[in-house]
Amino acid sequence: MVEPRIDVQVETNDAPPTDAKKHPNTCPKCQSHYRDAELDESLWVCSHCGHHFPMRARARIVSLADAGSFAEEAADLRSDDPLDFFDLRPYGERLAEAELGTGLGEAIVIGRATVEGNVCELAVMDFAFMGGSMGSAVGEKFARACESAVEQGVPLVSVSASGGARMQEGILALMQLPKTIVAVADLHDAGCAYVSVLAHPTTGGVLASFASLGDVIVAEPGALMSFAGPRVVQQTTREKLPDDFGLSEANLRYGHVDAIVPRPELKSQLARLLRLFANGK
Amino acid sequence: MASEAELRLRDRLSKLKSIGLLGGTRVSGELERLQKQLDRITAEPSEDEIWRSVELARHQDRPYTLDYVERLLDDWVELHGDRGRADDAAIVAGLGKLDGRTVVLVGHQKGRDVKERTKRNFGMAYPEGYRKAMRVMKLADRFGFPVVTLVDTPGAYPGVAAEQHGQGGAIAASQATMLRLGVPIVCVVIGEGGSGGAIAIAVGDRVLMQENAIYSVISPEGCAAILWRDASEARKAAAAFKPDAAHCLELGVIDGIVPEPDGGAHTDLDEAARLLGSSLREALDDLDGLPVDELSRRRRARFRSIGIFA
Repeated sequence: MVEPRIDVQVETNDAPPTDAKKHPNTCPKCQSHYRDAELDESLWVCSHCGHHFPMRARARIVSLADAGSFAEEAADLRSDDPLDFFDLRPYGERLAEAELGTGLGEAIVIGRATVEGNVCELAVMDFAFMGGSMGSAVGEKFARACESAVEQGVPLVSVSASGGARMQEGILALMQLPKTIVAVADLHDAGCAYVSVLAHPTTGGVLASFASLGDVIVAEPGALMSFAGPRVVQQTTREKLPDDFGLSEANLRYGHVDAIVPRPELKSQLARLLRLFANGK
Repeated sequence: MASEAELRLRDRLSKLKSIGLLGGTRVSGELERLQKQLDRITAEPSEDEIWRSVELARHQDRPYTLDYVERLLDDWVELHGDRGRADDAAIVAGLGKLDGRTVVLVGHQKGRDVKERTKRNFGMAYPEGYRKAMRVMKLADRFGFPVVTLVDTPGAYPGVAAEQHGQGGAIAASQATMLRLGVPIVCVVIGEGGSGGAIAIAVGDRVLMQENAIYSVISPEGCAAILWRDASEARKAAAAFKPDAAHCLELGVIDGIVPEPDGGAHTDLDEAARLLGSSLREALDDLDGLPVDELSRRRRARFRSIGIFA
């Protein structure tokens, strides 16, 4: 049975041409449709087929941190527009719109929390904010999360969801790769563990920097994790792409991640890792 | 909940929107004109000058890494392979002497004719290339040899096998390796500094660019295809994200500009090499004698502090 669709997506001039304009709460795999409350309840996992919907940063934090334990840091940090970047629209307009649309100041939220009683630092990305792209502010906030972890002497857990570096910041966006890598190096030198969780999608500059440097790397089922996206690979090489190109399942096979953890098990799995690393030096 | 901050933002957005809507979805001609005037006043490179850099950086006769090796290094011995899987010809690495001092050199290598271009994969490395780079840089670390890297790539290769072999992870690991080296590192962008494929071997104590090199987060064509939905707007995209050396210097991304012969490096390879050589010497002399701790502290601080935010 085909449900009537109520499309509440805001149309913008630059909305990507989508071949199927589905309601965001309709499962792309099995077409089951949910209300927000239902998806909140199921951690944004389709209870029919197990498809993992994109999860917003705030919801992710609620799902991982013990109730009331999250204390956000660097919440006031915002992007600047160092290049006065203008494509079809000014970057400043895109930023303001992203903030209004998501209720977030940037594409990453950081802060301290406990997970089943284990203290850690959390850095959680949100794909809804300009595709989770990494500019100066995202790089800075991730670096501060590392520094906060070092200060507290606790592990860092990051959840990435990003299309890569933010083009509107030009070369400075590329420089966030080494910047976040410096932060991870300092974290490691201080003896703090780093668990990197890859959510759909983790591509480009984020995969080519901190997200790949976790002591333990886990991915969500069906998450795209590739340096170059399938469209770019297809267009550049004209190669026939495997059906599971770049997906976490393929990456597990090729040895790039330690485990694929379904979202309902993520909190307990992270808690287990945090308990294990608590015995380190 | 309409907080004060939100109201401020809505106000800002509506103002910005009204600007954007002056000319429909496009920037109005008036704004473009004002922007151009502003550019001229501040004497920044113009759209034409930026595009000229893009063209020179990709010029088919532009000197590549091995052209400089031949002219600058004595006793060059190239080292091949990542000791695991393959030898990636898009990256060359080896040992040589610069003014009698042994250095390790790592650089992207493009090809001149069809056959060599294919062999070098147009300077687009697989993860194996970065793993070779890491292996040879660690060798430098063991023996205290300074590392020189020459960056010239459209980007890391976007292919199925490259992904299967871990392109993202290799680029991250290579940067992390460079941060930890206890020897001086000088990096020079000599042509195209294309995104992740470039930064993978460009984490150094001194980062320089040749006068007509470009360094960018994405190719002008790629940016145009995504933001303008039209790859032929590459010129506009380049002008917007400013990949030229002057802008990179201004943004604090590089430490200096290496001059080229008039008309570009391809007009006089010997002179281009001489100019590059003297910049390398100067940078290496500068770093000579710094204690390892200090070197590493400064290198980390250099990259930790890059970025502009509010």
